[in-house]
Amino acid sequence: MLEVRNLKKTFKLSKKQQKISKTKDKIKVAVADVSFQAERGEILGILGANGAGKTTTLRMLASILKPEAGQVLFEGKDIYQDLSAYRKRIGFLTSELKLEEFFTPNYLFDFFAKLYDMSQEETQERKQKLFEKFGIDQFAEVKVADLSTGMKQKVSLVISIVNDPDVIIFDEPTNGLDIITEKIVVDFLLELREQGKCIIISTHIFSLIEKICDRVVMIIDGKAVKEDSLENIMAGQSLEDSFFTIYQEMGGNMNG
Amino acid sequence: MDRIIAVMKKEFFRFFHDKRMLFSSVLLPGVMIYVMYSIIGQAGASQRNVEDDYQTVAYGINVPASLQPAFESMNIQFETDITDIVEMKQKVEDKEVDLILAFSQDFDAQVAVYDSMTATQPAPQVEVFYNSSRTESSKAYAAVTSVLSQYESSMINKFDVNGNTDNKYDLASDKDSTAQLFSMLFPMLLLTFVFSGCMALAPEAIAGEKERGTITTILVTPIRQTELAIGKIVSLSVMSILSAISSFIATVLSLPKLIQGDGVDNISANVYSVTDYLVIFFVLISSVIVIISVISIISAYAKSVKEAGTLVTPLMIIVMLIGLTAMFDGAAKSEIYWYFIPLFNSVQSMLQVFSFDIHIVPVIVTIVSNIVYGGIFAVVLAKMFQSERIMYSK
Ligand SMILES: Nc1ncnc2c1ncn2[C@@H]1O[C@H](COP(=O)(O)OP(=O)(O)OP(=O)(O)O)[C@@H](O)[C@H]1O
Ligand SMILES: [Mg+2]
Repeated sequence: MLEVRNLKKTFKLSKKQQKISKTKDKIKVAVADVSFQAERGEILGILGANGAGKTTTLRMLASILKPEAGQVLFEGKDIYQDLSAYRKRIGFLTSELKLEEFFTPNYLFDFFAKLYDMSQEETQERKQKLFEKFGIDQFAEVKVADLSTGMKQKVSLVISIVNDPDVIIFDEPTNGLDIITEKIVVDFLLELREQGKCIIISTHIFSLIEKICDRVVMIIDGKAVKEDSLENIMAGQSLEDSFFTIYQEMGGNMNG
Repeated sequence: MDRIIAVMKKEFFRFFHDKRMLFSSVLLPGVMIYVMYSIIGQAGASQRNVEDDYQTVAYGINVPASLQPAFESMNIQFETDITDIVEMKQKVEDKEVDLILAFSQDFDAQVAVYDSMTATQPAPQVEVFYNSSRTESSKAYAAVTSVLSQYESSMINKFDVNGNTDNKYDLASDKDSTAQLFSMLFPMLLLTFVFSGCMALAPEAIAGEKERGTITTILVTPIRQTELAIGKIVSLSVMSILSAISSFIATVLSLPKLIQGDGVDNISANVYSVTDYLVIFFVLISSVIVIISVISIISAYAKSVKEAGTLVTPLMIIVMLIGLTAMFDGAAKSEIYWYFIPLFNSVQSMLQVFSFDIHIVPVIVTIVSNIVYGGIFAVVLAKMFQSERIMYSK
């Protein structure tokens, strides 16, 4: 359903950034070469260390960063051929997202539905369904500021799939969450897989991948070094062990 | 179009339901201006006013009989314990006594024989000591010296200057006095208040969106960057205009209070016509569009609301300086090219209105060019929303 071919992305570094990252290079290669494929009804996990290029890759999938080389194909067509049509069919959740505290879940849902050109009936129907499923309905009129962390996260998740997308892209969906909220997110993802969505998540947490992912793409220093089913990648070991085996094979530096 | 409206509605919703924001951006500036001006006016008034039935306390030395009735009618009460002049001066310095009136001996007689053309000796003397740090003393001094100089001129009357008390010699009309004060102060005040209104709104609406990451969530929807930029700028402009109107109304309402103590009776905001106010209003709106779009651009560049605030502050000083140019010029520029300079043109147009010298072409040039600048800045803002470097910089 979604095919990624040889994505590449570099960033020009400002003088300040050069100093911070202690480099003389004017250019930072964030993603060097990433290819993979994701299908309906599966959860694809993008696994990589800090700075491996996960966020940059997902942003290119979400069409908010333009790849410097390579292509993202959706149902066989380059996504930039009809960007608006593509955007109607994806959902993207960044780990940094903090909803505007002033608004209620109800208001935010309606707002985003309008940005997706959804009709009133369509919006109401979908809102009712999602709010009920995730227990948001009692809190629909409570300001985000007054919601618990778990409820906030649930609202963020629901907001990111207002448009009933076919492709769902989540960057570090469980980062910084407590065990209960994490469980909520995991159940949410499994539920979406059940519905036949194509789900792509990024994470550096081995256990999350072991728990929910069907296939894994390993990224090391901006390169996709391995793409396979979870079983094949693990090959009898724990995911952690097989990751570090591959990591060392690829010349990864364990001393930072 | 629907998406632009959705973006605008969200801003309005927030604006009208967030009591704190509404208070700080609309109500507070207005109330503050009103209270500030009223207090300043009150303070000025009480400082300068002397009770109507106040009795001036004075020492009189050799006060001639001819002047006694005049002094009595001025409510001057002479102390009887005339002592050493040094002691008496001390009393004035200590504000226990308002005046010392010291005439030379046999004043009337000496004056009668004195002829300035033939005299070999100095003229008879009157010395009036007073204390300017005491309002009552200064007032009495002014009154006494004016009586004395009238008395002097009546004795050697050869001609009168402005002698007809029924005539109004100061021909400054209500309009002119008002014009002077308004044209000096108002452009700066209005621009500053408009700016602070904008500053309370735009950083939150744009840099805040960036800081929270919600702008990413908005930009992955099919919305176009131009739609987002227009929606933000239009709604922010409308809100800032509300804030500007509040400041404007407060200024007009409190102006009489501000100037009541100044001894200036002939100033009133009523001398301006509805057309004048409308011109001001439209010039203000066009200025708001320029200011809000510039602050929006700065906010889009900033990574956080706080950074946006820091970056916008120097601009506020520039805008105040532009407003101040009204004080130096006094009259509006006549060359048309000045009216193409954003914000400076607003100041010039306001000067025209306040000094009753409206020329329609420069005013229209002002309004239209400011709106065009706003449009250009909106395009820049949309480009910034498109720019990966700006939106997703590290
Ligand atoms: N806008 C940018 N300008 C400069 N360098 C950038 C920019 N965005 C990312 N980078 C750099 O590119 C590399 C990859 O970043 P990216 O955020 O994609 O990594 P990540 O795998 O998501 O890491 P993390 O686990 O920390 O989220 C990092 O070294 C990062 O510093
Ligand atoms: Mg990341």
